[in-house]
Amino acid sequence: MPSLKDLKNRIETVKSTRKITKAMQMVAAAKLRRAQEAAEMARPYAERMEAVMSGLAQAVGNAEGAPRLLAGTGEDKVHLLVVMTSERGLCGGFNSSIARLARQRIQKLLGEGKTVKILTVGKKGREQLRRDYSDHMIGHVDLSDVKRVGYANASDIASDVLNRFDAGEFDVATIFYNHFQSVISQIPTAQQIIPASFDDAEAAEGGTLYDYEPSEEAVLEDLLPRGVATQIFTALLENGASEQGARMSAMDNATRNAGEMIDKLTIQYNRSRQAVITNELIEIISGAEAL
Amino acid sequence: MATMQFDLVSPERRLASMEVSEVQIPGADGDLTAMPDHAPLITTLRPGVLRAIGAEGEKAYFVTGGFADVAGPSATILAERALPVDEVTGDLVEELISASETRRSNASDETADAAAKYHADLTSALDAIVGR
Repeated sequence: MPSLKDLKNRIETVKSTRKITKAMQMVAAAKLRRAQEAAEMARPYAERMEAVMSGLAQAVGNAEGAPRLLAGTGEDKVHLLVVMTSERGLCGGFNSSIARLARQRIQKLLGEGKTVKILTVGKKGREQLRRDYSDHMIGHVDLSDVKRVGYANASDIASDVLNRFDAGEFDVATIFYNHFQSVISQIPTAQQIIPASFDDAEAAEGGTLYDYEPSEEAVLEDLLPRGVATQIFTALLENGASEQGARMSAMDNATRNAGEMIDKLTIQYNRSRQAVITNELIEIISGAEAL
Repeated sequence: MATMQFDLVSPERRLASMEVSEVQIPGADGDLTAMPDHAPLITTLRPGVLRAIGAEGEKAYFVTGGFADVAGPSATILAERALPVDEVTGDLVEELISASETRRSNASDETADAAAKYHADLTSALDAIVGR
């Protein structure tokens, strides 16, 4: 049976924890709004990019000598997985769900006898994957100093990936990130970025016949690397929003749990205090009766 | 006067969206002016100054590259990096030029031409802006 003082200390501790989680929730809510705005603002560019590229890909895609970024290397042996996670913890299942999806994919690829290379973005994912797959890790991008993810960050990652592709280090690249659905739901997503894949139905809509300057191939050549960067940028922004959303709901839960705990502890505290008082009364009364 | 919808978007945000009567675009193969009902055209951009002329006068933007999608009633510029010409600062100029120089010195034989062209376009565009 804990003493009254212990209980009181315990209640104080839980109260200050609740204050912290409450504050973290509010910070996450503010950051979430900003992250969502950023994702919103990046959307027109990404959508337009996708539309133009898929139109072009259809026009050029099947021809001989199509760019390797579009047609692939013709092989399917070495897979690069770009696993994007957060730099900080305390955000519920955010990082584990990405790591789980990546791990499933790795197992599947290894089972098929493919070579797997992993590039991690964000330290939490690296920590989780390093345990089992440290031999496959080929690089890590640290974004912990970055306050606000910009296109420059995505473009750095993209040029790293593209350089590796040009050097023939892999055949297929896939990015893993959490797609932001809502505050309570983030969907871990795997998206193939090299060779570029497009939704055929979407491409069919843009039926306008364009003139291309300098030429279809040249435009495509210029666009594909940008497309990779744009996809990575979109993923980073989605991930940013998802992280804050996940943290917000995790902290909301924590705050609520702390509240329940305080209630329980307070009841326990009151009961034991009452017990002490009753005990004292009994002692006084029985003392008085004995006289 | 006929107008067309002009949008300038960078990966991070939409910089401009307005009705204009013409847009002067620094295309990869030379400048071109898009006016309403221009034939559908997609062109890559070189570093240069983009001018949009509308009812509110002329707006000039510095772009480092990207591409333009012109189709009848609209012109959409997807710029890698873009900002109003007035906001071009000395720091930015130096940053861009040094980045371009690094790229040129690291370029392989295949990409040397492209890097040199980029550098030449960039410096002449910046000269034109700074020398105003």
